[in-house]
Amino acid sequence: MSEKVIAVSNLTKKFGNFTAVDHITFDVEEGEIFGFLGANGAGKTTAMQMLCGISMPTAGSGTVAGYDIIKENERIKRNIGYMSQKFSLYEDLKVWENIRLFGGIYGLSDKEIAKKTDALLERLNFREERNTMVKYLPLGWKQKLAFSVAIFHEPKIVFLDEPTGGVDPAMRRQFWEMIYEAADQGITVFVTTHYMDEAEYCNRVSIMVDGRIDALDTPAELRHRFNTDSMDEVFRQLARKAKRGDA
Amino acid sequence: MKQFIAFVNKEFRHILRDNRTLLIIFGIPVVQILLFGFAINMEVQDIRVAIYDPTPDALTTGITERIRQSAYFNYQGNMQSMVDVEVAMRKGKLDLAVVFPQNFRESLVHSGKTAIQLLSDSSDPNRGSISTTYATAVIARFQQEQADLIQIPFQIQTENRMIYNPLMKSSYMFVPGIMGLVMMIICTIMTSVSIVREKERGTMEVLLASPLRLGTMIFAKTIPYMVISFIDFIIILLLSYFVLGVPVNGSLLLLFLVAILYIMLSLSYGLTVSTMVEKQLNAVIFSAITAMIPVLMLSGMIFPIDNMPHLLQALSVIVPARWFIDVVRKVMIQGLGITMVWKEILMLIGMTLFLLGVTIAKTKKRLE
Amino acid sequence: MMKTLKFLIEKEFKQMFRNPLIPKMIVMYPIMVLLVFPWAVSFEIKNIRIDVVDHSKSTYSRRLTDKIEASGYFILNDTPPDYRTAMWNMEQGETDMILEIPPSFDVDMVKNRASGVGMAVNSVNGTQGLLGSNYITQIVNDFSSELRSELMHTLPPQSRVSLMRMAQIDIVPQYKYNPSLDYKNFMIPGFMVLLLTLICGILPALNIVMEKENGTIQQINVTPVSRILFILAKLIPFWVVGLVVMIISVSAAYLLYGLWPAGSLLAVLFCAIVFILSISGLGLIISNYSETMQQASFLVMFFILILILLGGMFTPVSSMPAWAQLIAAINPFSYLTNTFRMLYLNGSTLADVSGNLLALGAIAVVLNGWAVISYKKRG
Repeated sequence: MSEKVIAVSNLTKKFGNFTAVDHITFDVEEGEIFGFLGANGAGKTTAMQMLCGISMPTAGSGTVAGYDIIKENERIKRNIGYMSQKFSLYEDLKVWENIRLFGGIYGLSDKEIAKKTDALLERLNFREERNTMVKYLPLGWKQKLAFSVAIFHEPKIVFLDEPTGGVDPAMRRQFWEMIYEAADQGITVFVTTHYMDEAEYCNRVSIMVDGRIDALDTPAELRHRFNTDSMDEVFRQLARKAKRGDA
Repeated sequence: MKQFIAFVNKEFRHILRDNRTLLIIFGIPVVQILLFGFAINMEVQDIRVAIYDPTPDALTTGITERIRQSAYFNYQGNMQSMVDVEVAMRKGKLDLAVVFPQNFRESLVHSGKTAIQLLSDSSDPNRGSISTTYATAVIARFQQEQADLIQIPFQIQTENRMIYNPLMKSSYMFVPGIMGLVMMIICTIMTSVSIVREKERGTMEVLLASPLRLGTMIFAKTIPYMVISFIDFIIILLLSYFVLGVPVNGSLLLLFLVAILYIMLSLSYGLTVSTMVEKQLNAVIFSAITAMIPVLMLSGMIFPIDNMPHLLQALSVIVPARWFIDVVRKVMIQGLGITMVWKEILMLIGMTLFLLGVTIAKTKKRLE
Repeated sequence: MMKTLKFLIEKEFKQMFRNPLIPKMIVMYPIMVLLVFPWAVSFEIKNIRIDVVDHSKSTYSRRLTDKIEASGYFILNDTPPDYRTAMWNMEQGETDMILEIPPSFDVDMVKNRASGVGMAVNSVNGTQGLLGSNYITQIVNDFSSELRSELMHTLPPQSRVSLMRMAQIDIVPQYKYNPSLDYKNFMIPGFMVLLLTLICGILPALNIVMEKENGTIQQINVTPVSRILFILAKLIPFWVVGLVVMIISVSAAYLLYGLWPAGSLLAVLFCAIVFILSISGLGLIISNYSETMQQASFLVMFFILILILLGGMFTPVSSMPAWAQLIAAINPFSYLTNTFRMLYLNGSTLADVSGNLLALGAIAVVLNGWAVISYKKRG
């Protein structure tokens, strides 16, 4: 029986009268690649921020890595990695300096950081870019670097918010290979995206519409249920009722 | 033309959406004018004075009494020794000490001469010398009363008339200065930060590719800021007049025109700054550094320009606020007309054109 | 914990040095400011331009005019034939004062032993006007004393004796701590505080907002870095920067003006450090409450202006109304300016300024506590 690394119940976030996340309930098992799908504006980022402990839920409850997201949000942070939509690394720091900073923040020693940095740069074929300022890196490489930094300290779970925005399909595929490698190492991956084809890469997906989870299952099951070959079609059928987003 | 208007509208909408910044932009001048208008005062008051009188007699107690009664002084009492005086001054608790010699009256009666020492804390020389002057005047008046003659002959009376500022309110001199300072800071930061922001985001290139001519585009960008700044100026003027009681003796229209000119100048300076830096942070640093201290020190708002060494007087010529403050003082307080201020206006126009020229030249260079 | 701090501080310093403007500013700006601006300060009134409208054109009136010119305070601008022309000069900005001598001046003095002159002063600058008129009054009084001794023999013998018996009290002024009455010495410590305020106020105020705007703050918020650590990591580099600015300022003041603290140098630096803590705290608070760089920059300039102008550097706190003095009581600028002046000029000891130091410390604790609390890792 694998542990549930993420379990939420009726999680809600309101901004004034606007309900961004509407009573969602789901859980994620250890080692899963869980896809959190939905159109732009459906509430994915907001939900993820609550799970990471940087947004306070209006209602509902949940645990991440065994810690309560309302009362123990700071302890959650020791066990997770995060890659925001802007893949925000420090643009005026070099590649190795960014790695060092976040490695150090998560408690790795100077020696460990140096060793792992070398290994990482080797793996990504990044060695010549070691001393390049992040602001000069092309978009695809920034993404890969941001992801690598997010899992540098080998967290239990890594949260990825729209990690593949704005690059060509080839790049996206390379990125997903990196995600698979991470999952093989035992890291649970929670990834949001609005690219429906990426759903196929996940163990299970949920589809958010207007703040609610309207579907949650394996991609195969969903395709079967909605009688179609593509996840795009599944989504389109669900989104027909949507009031928000660009379906 | 239509594109121009659309562009201006877009800029306006952008700004109006940001409530907080608007609140700050309008709130700042209000608070500053009220605060400084009421709080800044150049007169020397509340001089803490103590007496050291080893052998009190009728004369020394008489003088002491006069000092106690004087409105300028805050009488601290008699000191027991000179050491006490020194210590009190060193601790910053005493501004002035009146020191009588031993047997004051006796020496005066017998030899016809004696001396009183006035020790003043002159770390602020202004305060030190004025304290001494006041104390000297009090002692001199006492002396006069003591003289047998009711009227000393060969007196020349001086009849004083304070013109333009009969009550000698500090705000008359200061308020034009605050106007100049606040407006320059706000305008410079407004434009420089907003343009550098677009540079940082990369949206600048998009703008530069638009069909509008460069000069027109820059102009369109600054129009909303012109409007905001002018509203700021009106607010400041209203407050100065109604709340602080600073008169508007000259032509209001002239005042407005000059204000608009100065605003354009300050905004142009912001534009120039934006061509020199790449980060918003640096835009702010640069604006603050060059707009604040030079204006405070060299514009004549606090320190008279005539007293400065020639090099600094020359430097003050390129401080735009100096000319603006000149005009405001002349028009608002002295009530003079355009014939008296045309030189200043010309300077302001010249500076604006110069800064715009530099901006356009540098922007063109960047495009290549 | 300390290790995390190390990594964060490393990052702050790297970013600071990679900024093309900041390192230059830290080193050059204090030097430039101290080199140029202290020469601009003076409240002394010299070179007051005066027009003398001499209707009498007599020996005495000319002597008075010469005396005024020779005083060193005044520059004789013009001797116009009438008051109207003189007023025109004043409106033009050519003259600051007008002295009008009546046509019967010398006759009055000899026959009636009394006369009067009229003075008109441009008092837009109230203090200048007051001082100018005081100087003239002094010169006129001196002149009347001169005449008195010259013409004493024309008095009846009784009055003559009483006059002679009028005893003389000499006033001996001693201008402590600044015997040359050099205003520069008074202002230079103020400039040092000004530099610290600008540099250590603006940089922190924009720092956190910058991270908000480019999104890196979120990346920090998901880490276990605590609020205290985060704020501390921001503060320490500014401490160092401020200390560097102080060292440069103290050296520049000595090399350029020969000004060295009469009290202890260590005390100067120590008080500066406490001050930097409070001003940086203020900056960080502003940064926490701002969403854009524009907002933060307006807010910080707003506060800095208030701190400076109500801080006793240019106008004395004692001249302000009671409510403004209350503001000065919580204004770190006024405490440090006062402290520096005492340490530099009065030769005060650390014990003498302990009151100020305590106040600065209290302010620093409050502001930095507020900075930590107002930094929300969770929205």
